Amino acid sequence: MEVHSRDYAKRARAILRDTPGVREAVTAATRSFDDHRRSAFAELDGEALRDWAEGVKSHALTHLDRYLEQAESRLMERGAHVHWAETAEDVHRILRELVEREGVRRAVKAKSMLSEEVGVNPLLEAEGVEVFETDLGEYIIQLLGEPPSHIVGPAIHRSLEDTQALFSERLGTATDASPEELAGAARGILREAFLAADLGISGGNFLVAETGSIALIENEGNIRMSTSLPRVHVALVGIEKILPRLADLSTFLQVTSKSATGQPVGTFVSIIQGPGGSRGGEPDGPEELHVVLVDNGRTRLLADPEAWEALRCVRCGACLNICPVYRQTGGHAYGYVYSGPIGAVISPGLVSLEETFPLPFASSLCGACAEVCPVRIPIPHLLHTWRERAVEQGLTEGTARSLMKGWSRAATHPRLFDWIERAMAVLPDGISRRLPMLRDWTRGRSLPRATGPTFREIWKDGIE
Amino acid sequence: MKVSLFVTCIGDRFYAEASADAVRLLRSLDVEVDFPMGQTCCGQPAWNSGHLPEARRMAEHTLAVLKDAEYVVLPSGSCAAMLRCTYPHLLGRRELSDRSYELAQFIVDILGVHELGRGLEGRRLAYHHGCHALRELGVREQPEQLLRSGGAELVPWEMDQECCGFGGLFSVKTPEVSTAMADRKLDTLPAAETIVSADGGCLLQLESRARYRGLNLEFRSLASTLWEARRGSP
Repeated sequence: MEVHSRDYAKRARAILRDTPGVREAVTAATRSFDDHRRSAFAELDGEALRDWAEGVKSHALTHLDRYLEQAESRLMERGAHVHWAETAEDVHRILRELVEREGVRRAVKAKSMLSEEVGVNPLLEAEGVEVFETDLGEYIIQLLGEPPSHIVGPAIHRSLEDTQALFSERLGTATDASPEELAGAARGILREAFLAADLGISGGNFLVAETGSIALIENEGNIRMSTSLPRVHVALVGIEKILPRLADLSTFLQVTSKSATGQPVGTFVSIIQGPGGSRGGEPDGPEELHVVLVDNGRTRLLADPEAWEALRCVRCGACLNICPVYRQTGGHAYGYVYSGPIGAVISPGLVSLEETFPLPFASSLCGACAEVCPVRIPIPHLLHTWRERAVEQGLTEGTARSLMKGWSRAATHPRLFDWIERAMAVLPDGISRRLPMLRDWTRGRSLPRATGPTFREIWKDGIE
Repeated sequence: MKVSLFVTCIGDRFYAEASADAVRLLRSLDVEVDFPMGQTCCGQPAWNSGHLPEARRMAEHTLAVLKDAEYVVLPSGSCAAMLRCTYPHLLGRRELSDRSYELAQFIVDILGVHELGRGLEGRRLAYHHGCHALRELGVREQPEQLLRSGGAELVPWEMDQECCGFGGLFSVKTPEVSTAMADRKLDTLPAAETIVSADGGCLLQLESRARYRGLNLEFRSLASTLWEARRGSP
């Protein structure tokens, strides 16, 4: 996916100004997700679960080579084809070859953030393949030509009215169609697509090394269909998705579902260990299973001792849901597939800090994300790390750098500091409003009142 | 008992009277208050914006100025968190960190005082929890307890623990997002006379936004409100 993260501030401003409905839709949806998460975790010892999940993920990541090879062997034993893709271009090449060899004309896709990351849809379309996103939210944004705005709910920035209008125009449904009717209209089209597709593409929530099992969590049944109906199934799995043992999986399915939507576990969980082929004369699952293990920046991030912990992410979206910054704009402001707090700390690692540097600053550092992350990614700490690097590399604006230099100079010279604090009270408002930082402060805020004596002056006069 | 007051840059300039109220309150609790004149800013603006050398310089300065303090008390949750939680990380040493407290935290946890007086009888207050007091210092009960014991009714506010949108430079780098966050706080505010917070940064943010929108709301620092509770006592 193209990266537009450098325009974060501009994009955020445009969303708030031009589409105020986005803020309302995103806030309502994320608050509801978060309420459900809260109740789900109220039933059990969430802290112990988080400790455990953090431990398993950190162990898997620090022994990745061993577990990936183990998973590869298990998958191959069952007849799956395993591909290693170092870059997005490698994924493209693998898919292109497959499309040509199998003569693929139609593909159905299960929701996969990795497929957005490496740009599967534009590639397939360029190859003349008709692509159907089969998750309802993904289907909506595919019709709109938009990227997902949330890891779990790709269309949460759209209201029901938006979708009614969209479906009415594109699918001919009534302008006041109920959510059930809208889903029914999409289902009608997608059913045909499932039956006609020669290729199914999915991601993978987890890959179990011990058994070579790919686990997929969903609520709509479309992943089950996408991965079992077409003749060929391609699963794109990030190398960080590895879990050591099958025993780890059941707990991770629960931790992820509870953190994402508050469900005990997703409505459907598919566990895929190899191609199906034909059993007793009846076709049973795809004839071919291709598992593409995707790096695309992950190894580089793993080797970064100060930032690697972001790779523990299970893509539950809990940090997005609780984030007051994310709630104002939704994900499109961030200009990359991963948004919100996790996007701000993983995108610089996966892409580059140069292309994404404003993202670590897209946070008030309130710390709410760290409290909900099921694998205890120290997001605020990582935000600081990337901020420091952005400053060191000279990526941030000169104004902020000069201001901090000046401020630290004043703060180490108490008499100068005192003078500045007193001077603020006599500075005319007309001038204050034109000063670099205050100019931006007064976009939507009154000037703070700095009248009367400073505390220092009061103290000198004596406090009764 | 003797404490050194670290008034913070925002407290010195924007909440000078509130900071004086903190002194009055502490003195009324038989605490001797000292104010080391060389103090300036704790370094948080630089730390939060990724300017590590500058943040370190300010932290070193603060340590030097306050080195003889028995306790350091700050009328600010986020600056207290800076001293307690960030300095050890920034400087690799803990001096001062274990002796630094946010005002309400100090009164309840160190002085062991749970009631100040009944000077807030009949008042309806909304309390805004600053993020760093709440999530870094773990200060949640202390201010609420002191306000309630003063006779105030704390009105339930579903957004009382959500960020106000200040975030230091964040507020000027992305003013539209920052003010939208303030609006979420203000638009969910229940009927209350006054919004109280331990953090000057949060109060500046919420008050400046409310005034810009022409909302008629009163904002008050925790220090002044607690002093009111105390002063009104028989």
